[in-house]
Amino acid sequence: MALRKVKGNLERMFDKNLTDLVRGIRNNKDIEMKYITQCMEEIKAELRQDNVAVKANAVAKLTYLQMLGYDISWAGFNIIEVMSSPKFTYKRIGYLAASQCFHQDTEVLMLTTNMIRKDLNSQNMYDAGTALTGLSCFISNDLARDLANDVMTLLSSTKPYIRKKAVLLMYKVFLKYPEALRPAFPRLKEKLEDPDPGVQSAAVNVICELARKNPKNYLSLAPVFFKLMTSSTNNWMLIKIIKLFGALTPLEPRLGKKLIEPLTNLIHSTTAMSLLYECINTVIAVLISISSGMPNHTASIQLCVQKLRILIEDSDQNLKYLGLLAMSKILQSHPKSVQTHKDLVLQCLDDKDESIRLRALDLLYGMVSRKNVMEIVRKLMTHMDKAEGSNYRDELLQKIILICSQNNYQLITNFEWYISVLVELCRMEGTQHGCLIARQLLDVAIRVSAVREFTVGQMALLLENANVVMGPTTVRSSIAEVLYAAAWICGEFSQLLSNPLSSLESLLSHKVISLPGYIQGVFIQNVFKIYARIVITAEEEEDKETIEEVTNLLLERLPHFTSSGDIEVQERATCLMQLVNSIQKGIQNCEKFSLELQELFAGEMNPVAPKAQKKVPIPEGLDLDGWINTPPSSDLDDDADDKEFFGNAFKKDLFTKAESNGDNSRKDSKEISEDELQKRREARKLEQANNPYYVKVSSATHSPKFQKHDNDFDNIPVTPLNLNVPLKLAGMTSVDKYLIVEGRQSKKHKKHKKNKKHHQASSSEEDVPDTLLVNRDIGEMPEGASVSDEEDVDTRPLDDPHRALDIDLDIPLSPTEKIPTRSHRESSNINNKVPIEENIMTSNIKTDIEKKSKKKMKGKKESKLTKEKRKRSKNVEKSSDQCNELEKEAEEKIIDNYLNNKSDASQSKSKELTNLELLLLEDNNNGLQQENGDSVHPPVEEIIEEKKSLDPVDKNKKKKEKKAKKEKKSKRSGRKESFKQYEEIESPKEYEDFKEEKLPNMKSLTQNSDIKVNYHASFEHPCTDLFIGFEITNQIMNGNIGDLSLAVQCLQSLQLMTQNSSDSILITPELSAMSSTIKQLRFQVDDDSIPLKLRGTFSYKLVLDILTSEGNLSVVELVEETASLYGQSLRHHHICLLAKMKSKSLYVDGKSDNSTLLANALDHLKQEFHRL
Amino acid sequence: MQFMLLFSRQGKLRLQKWYVAHPDKVKKKITRELITTILARKPKMSSFLEWKDLKIVYKRYASLYFCCAIEQDDNELLTLEVIHRYVELLDKYFGSVCELDIIFNFEKAYFMLDELLVGGEVCETSKKNVLKAIAAQDLLQEVSYGDSPYEI
Repeated sequence: MALRKVKGNLERMFDKNLTDLVRGIRNNKDIEMKYITQCMEEIKAELRQDNVAVKANAVAKLTYLQMLGYDISWAGFNIIEVMSSPKFTYKRIGYLAASQCFHQDTEVLMLTTNMIRKDLNSQNMYDAGTALTGLSCFISNDLARDLANDVMTLLSSTKPYIRKKAVLLMYKVFLKYPEALRPAFPRLKEKLEDPDPGVQSAAVNVICELARKNPKNYLSLAPVFFKLMTSSTNNWMLIKIIKLFGALTPLEPRLGKKLIEPLTNLIHSTTAMSLLYECINTVIAVLISISSGMPNHTASIQLCVQKLRILIEDSDQNLKYLGLLAMSKILQSHPKSVQTHKDLVLQCLDDKDESIRLRALDLLYGMVSRKNVMEIVRKLMTHMDKAEGSNYRDELLQKIILICSQNNYQLITNFEWYISVLVELCRMEGTQHGCLIARQLLDVAIRVSAVREFTVGQMALLLENANVVMGPTTVRSSIAEVLYAAAWICGEFSQLLSNPLSSLESLLSHKVISLPGYIQGVFIQNVFKIYARIVITAEEEEDKETIEEVTNLLLERLPHFTSSGDIEVQERATCLMQLVNSIQKGIQNCEKFSLELQELFAGEMNPVAPKAQKKVPIPEGLDLDGWINTPPSSDLDDDADDKEFFGNAFKKDLFTKAESNGDNSRKDSKEISEDELQKRREARKLEQANNPYYVKVSSATHSPKFQKHDNDFDNIPVTPLNLNVPLKLAGMTSVDKYLIVEGRQSKKHKKHKKNKKHHQASSSEEDVPDTLLVNRDIGEMPEGASVSDEEDVDTRPLDDPHRALDIDLDIPLSPTEKIPTRSHRESSNINNKVPIEENIMTSNIKTDIEKKSKKKMKGKKESKLTKEKRKRSKNVEKSSDQCNELEKEAEEKIIDNYLNNKSDASQSKSKELTNLELLLLEDNNNGLQQENGDSVHPPVEEIIEEKKSLDPVDKNKKKKEKKAKKEKKSKRSGRKESFKQYEEIESPKEYEDFKEEKLPNMKSLTQNSDIKVNYHASFEHPCTDLFIGFEITNQIMNGNIGDLSLAVQCLQSLQLMTQNSSDSILITPELSAMSSTIKQLRFQVDDDSIPLKLRGTFSYKLVLDILTSEGNLSVVELVEETASLYGQSLRHHHICLLAKMKSKSLYVDGKSDNSTLLANALDHLKQEFHRL
Repeated sequence: MQFMLLFSRQGKLRLQKWYVAHPDKVKKKITRELITTILARKPKMSSFLEWKDLKIVYKRYASLYFCCAIEQDDNELLTLEVIHRYVELLDKYFGSVCELDIIFNFEKAYFMLDELLVGGEVCETSKKNVLKAIAAQDLLQEVSYGDSPYEI
């Protein structure tokens, strides 16, 4: 041993310390990986040594490597070892390593509970401090539950240093263990008035954090905080308090009114920007929450805006950013006051910092008016051209559309301009917002009928030049979505097409095949619409040639699509193909189709409200989930249908997100309800064939304008260029054009102004009259449904811990509500007190234990005996020591049980008191030891030691040797419990009942986490016989209790009547989980006029006890029927077992860093169980 | 506060403290993303950026970037103040701190941070108190070293 020590010390001198490691890494930059791998090996070797100093050094180095990104989770056990060192130096390092690499799901954490508890309660305040800080980083649900009480106790520590940290840790505890909140809250509240400002501030921090997430539960604290706010000068705390008020005011407007004054005072007086900013934020929140009617309402808004302007004008980018951020909050409630600072915002749009520009963009939204919308949008578009990152460009694009479309296009006076803007936006490279543009195009085309013709013209152009618009990067860009809109608009309003034939051709171009399937589907559908239009027109004009030409074109091109891989494209194309085929035949027979074709697409197209489809009521008797026909073996057909209606993401998008657009499945709910189920399938097929996008032929079809455009577009050269850079297309309008026009108009306007002054006076400048009729309805809705019925839902994600903290704190605490002291665990704690430490302790500490264990000679003798017998290691003592402690602690519990027995006349004429004091010594260790002394052994520690080459003699032997095995039955000891019970047995009737198995009026006698004992006592004739019935319930969820027996210490005046003379009565050999048994005992009472005390002991065994005792494992965690156990061999081989109780059989799964040890341990346990 | 990172201009992580548990993989990913984002920002830019649902507050001191992630309604300026307070503390402790001090005494830097912040909340605002606590613990550490330099 001594040699080993010396050797260890010598080795240590050559160990790398942390500085060496850091230096080494810096010196070996080129071969860092290699160097670190080498260091890791060294560290692993160091960790195998017994010297804590060496281990701590290794762990410190690991912590550094962890930061560099190396995985050190394998060293969890070693970290815990170092944490458990009594020396602060090492403890500190251990906790640091733990806080860096443990997290709530770290498995070894379950071993730390008792160690941390010990540290928390340490005399040294820095031990506790270190534990508190460490815990805050890796607290898990279990740790929170088990340590909540300890942390709460620290709230009243005498040292502010500890109090402060404990308060802050409580927040983490609440997050992990919400049940602790209510019992702990009163204490926390007290801390708001703590004499130490640090503690006070910490309490404010915690309550503020809690209240921000669930403000309504903390309203009652407002007065306390108000007082703090007005009295404190600590800015750190003030900021938190003010933030708290910001969260509270929306719930209580009266509070807001009260706050305004002190807050404005603070705004005026403070020099701290952070405080100023917080005040402004809260004032804004207050002002949003309280409606007008405040006298100095505008004054405070003005003050805020003024202060914010100062922030924005500041050269510090941070203040500028925050200023804009806060400004946008004001904008929502008081746009007018912000609008006066438009110059500032526009200025910020040119800022170098993108984040500032983005913030300015947010503000711009509220600053746009009808007058300046064109100017601002142009400015944004030039920004877009200049912008570098596609992110910012997308953001700009989105903002442009947002600005223009706000309030149903309230700001747009010239829709042709807007359409041109949208078309121009299509040319933005690689944008992600193709969908957004497409939606806008559809929306405007539907809502603004006056601009339709123009839109259709633009869309036809887009289609013809699709390849140019999209460029070769089609695949990635979402701009193809625009073609979806374009195709639909051209088809739906085909009567407005200047050259339907060329549009038809572009829709059928072979390049279309490269588009996504759902877009192709729309193309085909609209091909049909345009085709129908051409046929109708041609028939009217008796132009047979055109009909034949178009029909042939379709028949020629459609086969491309009928062979498409996309099911929808295929189906639509095939449908259309069949129709065209039959039309062709008809034409040859000189039939006319215009009427039929017209019918197909008849109907007015109106905007549809966003949620309209969702709100269509499901007709009675319609089961949407049920099969219409029994599914065929291959359900290909149904798949296609599904896809048609639900499978298309884009379409769904259109329904749910778009403000409104064409309802593409014009479902008539009434019709469906009347239809028979079988017919519905056919109807749906028909519906698919019928294009839903159609507006009935209007008189506008043949307007003279139609001809005018014809000429322009004929001249467009179709140039299929493969260029990256989108080209400007001839014929497509440019946005700038409108600005010039607008300019001219305004000039004209001015000229007119003088002449028509009286006209101008009537209409305000802002109010440019609507030149176009815009359908600004919310859109069509099914009857009886309203748009606004939305449920108020908690938007927080389900796993947000704050959800669970939504707890009412004003309800007074009920006595049952307290942080569990974990009686179950505590009782076993006596057993496995500081298990890790003790297991980790190496031989040098054992002597210590030996001394301790001398206190209890008996146990020691016993263990010594076995030791000799089995050559077991000294670790036994440790275990027996535990056992001894247990015995001491498991002191007798007294249940004073006064039975005030109102006896009836037959017993005695006078009222007699029979006081029985039942003293139950519950499951005392001794009880069982006496009973089956043979099987009582000290705990087993199974150690397989790989003998090291320290001893030269042993070198040859170097074999694995089972060093020792010890066994001991250690019992789950009952916790010290004492309670008194006074009770009255009211009626003599109970005698009769008593003879039956069921006992009516059971009184609770005692219980622990394992068993519950109820009893009932009564007198039998003759009155000297006392019957006491016990009902014992096994409270363990899934574990049997074995060998349950009761030992009664008989008194002279109170004799137990039994058949055998043994001291204890076996109540039941086995009591299965959650079941109970009843045992009746008869006592003979000599004199019933004196108080008697009856003592008894219940003892029982548990499966878990066998596990823990036989394997010398300590219980780490116990969850219902599952238990995890941990132990360590002398050679520091870790072993973990997971025991599960499943339908009466026990499953044990183990893990160890030494597989032989594990195998042997499992074998041993198996044997033990068989033996039992 | 959700986490704090310290990294050099070269993108080397010097210190990391997580107040919200993430698996190592996620931590590494977040760290990498943030370092690249922040290093890409120009010096004249503001210290705040929005990142996922968090706000990132960072500040550069000499060659080191101090970066904190806070929640949406946290106060950015206060966070900057915390960072500054921390830098001041390091400065006082090491005596005009430089990156090397933090590299070689990274554990001290952590201890200091632990005194300043507990569970992501400000614990002690007084520099004096923090330094006092650290000094006391250092003393304690030395004493236990002094006891037995090579204890077993």
